[in-house]
Amino acid sequence: MTAPDMTTDEPIPGTVMFDGAQAMKGYALNKLCYSFNRKENREAFLADKEAYMARYGLNEQQKQAVRDMVVLDMIEAGGNIYYLAKLAGIYGLNVQDVGAQQTGVTVEAFKEKLLRAGD
Amino acid sequence: MAKIIGGLTSSHIPAIAGAIAKGIGEEPYWKPFFDGYPPVRDWLAEVQPDVAVVIYNDHGLNFFLDKQPTFAIGAAAEYRNEDEGWGIPRIAPFKGAPEFSWHLIERLVADEFDLMTCQEMAVDHGFTVPMQLFWPDYDALGIRTVPLAINTVQHPLPSPARCYKLGLSLGRAIESYPEDLKVVVLGTGGLSHQLDGRRAGFINKDFDRLCMEKIVDDPEYFTGMSIHELVREAGAQGAEFIIWLAMRGALTGRVTALHSNYHIPISNTAAGLLCLENAA
Repeated sequence: MTAPDMTTDEPIPGTVMFDGAQAMKGYALNKLCYSFNRKENREAFLADKEAYMARYGLNEQQKQAVRDMVVLDMIEAGGNIYYLAKLAGIYGLNVQDVGAQQTGVTVEAFKEKLLRAGD
Repeated sequence: MAKIIGGLTSSHIPAIAGAIAKGIGEEPYWKPFFDGYPPVRDWLAEVQPDVAVVIYNDHGLNFFLDKQPTFAIGAAAEYRNEDEGWGIPRIAPFKGAPEFSWHLIERLVADEFDLMTCQEMAVDHGFTVPMQLFWPDYDALGIRTVPLAINTVQHPLPSPARCYKLGLSLGRAIESYPEDLKVVVLGTGGLSHQLDGRRAGFINKDFDRLCMEKIVDDPEYFTGMSIHELVREAGAQGAEFIIWLAMRGALTGRVTALHSNYHIPISNTAAGLLCLENAA
C-alpha cells in the first residue's frame, strides 16, 4: 500500500470523534454509564430506569436513546462507546450486537463481515 | 543497573478474559489467537524479567471524564482489577514496584513528561488481559508491575510522535535505575478496530501489516501521522496503536522480532502480538 496521506483532516464517514464538544454534551449520559461499574447501581437502574436517569440529569434526547436502546442515538447525544458498552452489557449485548445494531445488519452478518476482513 | 530486555505487544479484548476463564482456548474460534502466546511464554521463562512496565489505556474503570489524564502512572504496592460493569471474572491482584515507579516519575517529569501519579489505581482489561496471556501464573511468579495509562478515550489524544517520545524518555528512565532489574515493556491494545458509529466493524489488514512490520525496524515511520489519520487508517479504537509506539520508543538497543502473530477477528478486533528482543 502507499504511505498514508498525513495532511487531510476531512471527516471520517461513520465516525464521531469523542472530543471536548461531545464530552460536554454527553457528560450526564456517560456518568450514568460509568456508575454501572457497581453492581448495586446496575440493579437500581433496572429497578427504576426513569428515576435513575433523572437522578443523573439526563436530557430528554439522552433519556429517549436509553429507553429505545439505540446506540447511534446515544452517540448523537454525546455518549462514548467505552461507557455505553457498560450500559449495553446490562442488556446482555456485547460489542458485536452493538456493531450489528449500528450498521443495520443481523449479528450473524456482522460477524461474517469481521471474518471476511481476514481474507 | 536496570536493563530493558524486550518489548511485548498484545491486543487486550475483554472477550479474551472470558475465554481464559472458560478454558476454551482450544476451540476453533480462539485457537489461532492463543497459539501465538506459548513461544513468547517460553522466551519469558528463559529471560525471567523482574518487572513489567505495562503501557495501556483505561476504558472507564480507574478514570472517568471528570478527570481524564493524558498520561498516568501507578506508584502502588498492588494493583487490583475491579468490576468493569459487565462481568469480566475477577482475578488475583498484581504486585507493584513503588520505588521503581517513583524513580520513573522523577526522571520522566525531569524530562518534561508531566504525568499524573497514582498511589491507588484499579487496572482494567487493557492491563490484565495481556498480563494473563503472557504470565498465566503471574500470581505465583510474583512479577512486579508498573502501569502507565495513555488516554485514548477522549480527544485530543496525544499524537503518535508524542507517545513515541514518551517511550524514548521512559527507556532512559528505566535504564538509569541503579538496581539490577530485568525489565520488559508492554504496549497493549490494537490493532485495527472500531466499535462505534456506522463504521463499526472496520478492520484494515493492510495497515495492520504495515504496523507489525514497521514498528520493528522503522517506528519513526508513524511519527508524522496525526491522530485523525490514525483513526482513519486503524479505526476509532485502533488509535490504541499510539500505545505500541510508546512501548517501541522505550527499546533503546538493537531490536529483533522473535515472535509475532496476527489474527482476524477476535470480537471486533484484528489481534496483533509481537515479542521484541532488545539487545545492547
